[in-house]
Amino acid sequence: MATAAKTLLIDGKPVSAEAGTSLLQAARECGARIPTLCHLEGVDDMGACRLCLVEVKGSAKLLPACTTRVHEGMEVTTDSERLRRYRRMILELLFAERNHVCAVCVANGNCELQTLAYEAGMDHVRFAYTSPAWGVDLTHPTLGMDHNRCILCTRCVRACWDIEGAGTKSVAGRGAQSKIINDLNAPWGESESCTSCGKCVLSCPTGALFHQGVTVGESVRDRAKLEYIVNAREKKQWLVSG
Amino acid sequence: MSFLDLDEFLFEVAEAVELVCSPLADGKEYPSGVDLCLIEGAVCNEDNLELARRIRARTRLVVSFGDCAVTGNVPALRNVLGAGNAADVLQCAYVEHAAPGGAVPPPDGIVPALLPRVLPLHAVIPVDHYLPGCPPSASRIKAFLAPLLAGGAPRLEGEQLKFG
Repeated sequence: MATAAKTLLIDGKPVSAEAGTSLLQAARECGARIPTLCHLEGVDDMGACRLCLVEVKGSAKLLPACTTRVHEGMEVTTDSERLRRYRRMILELLFAERNHVCAVCVANGNCELQTLAYEAGMDHVRFAYTSPAWGVDLTHPTLGMDHNRCILCTRCVRACWDIEGAGTKSVAGRGAQSKIINDLNAPWGESESCTSCGKCVLSCPTGALFHQGVTVGESVRDRAKLEYIVNAREKKQWLVSG
Repeated sequence: MSFLDLDEFLFEVAEAVELVCSPLADGKEYPSGVDLCLIEGAVCNEDNLELARRIRARTRLVVSFGDCAVTGNVPALRNVLGAGNAADVLQCAYVEHAAPGGAVPPPDGIVPALLPRVLPLHAVIPVDHYLPGCPPSASRIKAFLAPLLAGGAPRLEGEQLKFG
């Protein structure tokens, strides 16, 4: 049975997409460039970062493109003065919330937060920096977590549960006090479930997760590896027949 | 130092401006009626704060120059130590890491008192333009200064605005 196709307008362009497709996917397929931080190919979306907010005609609220499904007759705007204003504000708030000091960060030059900030024209942060004292977990023999750089996108959590299946990483706490933890808030090196696969590091958009002893120049992340694993599984490319 | 990487463009700058005050110039008093001031460094102590206010009052265009001025950057790392960090920082610098017999400088006005928190420049005075980078590269400085010297408005965008 063919999946029902929905037709909608994205930035004035007529688009046809299968029912169940996210607005983000439909918009990207028609060439619209929507910024994202918590979206990661291969794991489920959760609408955590709000950068992909779009305007949908008939809705007073802005809607996250990653968790909104296409509907028949929708009229979507992916870029406007209002959206740019909110997106820049979100980026500034992320910078103000923890200690994102690009000059001394292992991800300098390979950071999605840094890139989105300059693409959004962020030349300074209007909000007061909160400068919280978050620790760095270096108890794991090869991997490390700097909570000062964490934006709580939960890409590592979803990669750990949905791709690796280890379920080591979770979120503890509420609001700005939320924190990525291992097992039941154990030091990473004492986690019994972590397989040391490093998929969390691959998924991290900032310098929060890293391989210990790796220089800034070497910390380029190949996100396509995660997508490759998910695709190969879904298409059953690794099943040996007979 | 990144400014010196401007190489031959420095001649064009020298042609176009009259340098009235800089850390490298003889006159240390900041004059009045200045057209443009590039301020680098975060606002860390009472002297920095006073100078920033004096510059603002006497200058038409103030530029926050480099990541320290724009974000606080490395000098602002002491903010994570919380309230009372100034005393801890002085203790660390002048006693713990000093030769035996070191002492925290007395509050006699010779060594300026540290502010409780290190602040970006725009947190203490209005800023007209921002030039991020640690340091901003010579090409970025040139892209910023060239239109300004030609009487226009500087406009950096995209990767020219990258922090770090």
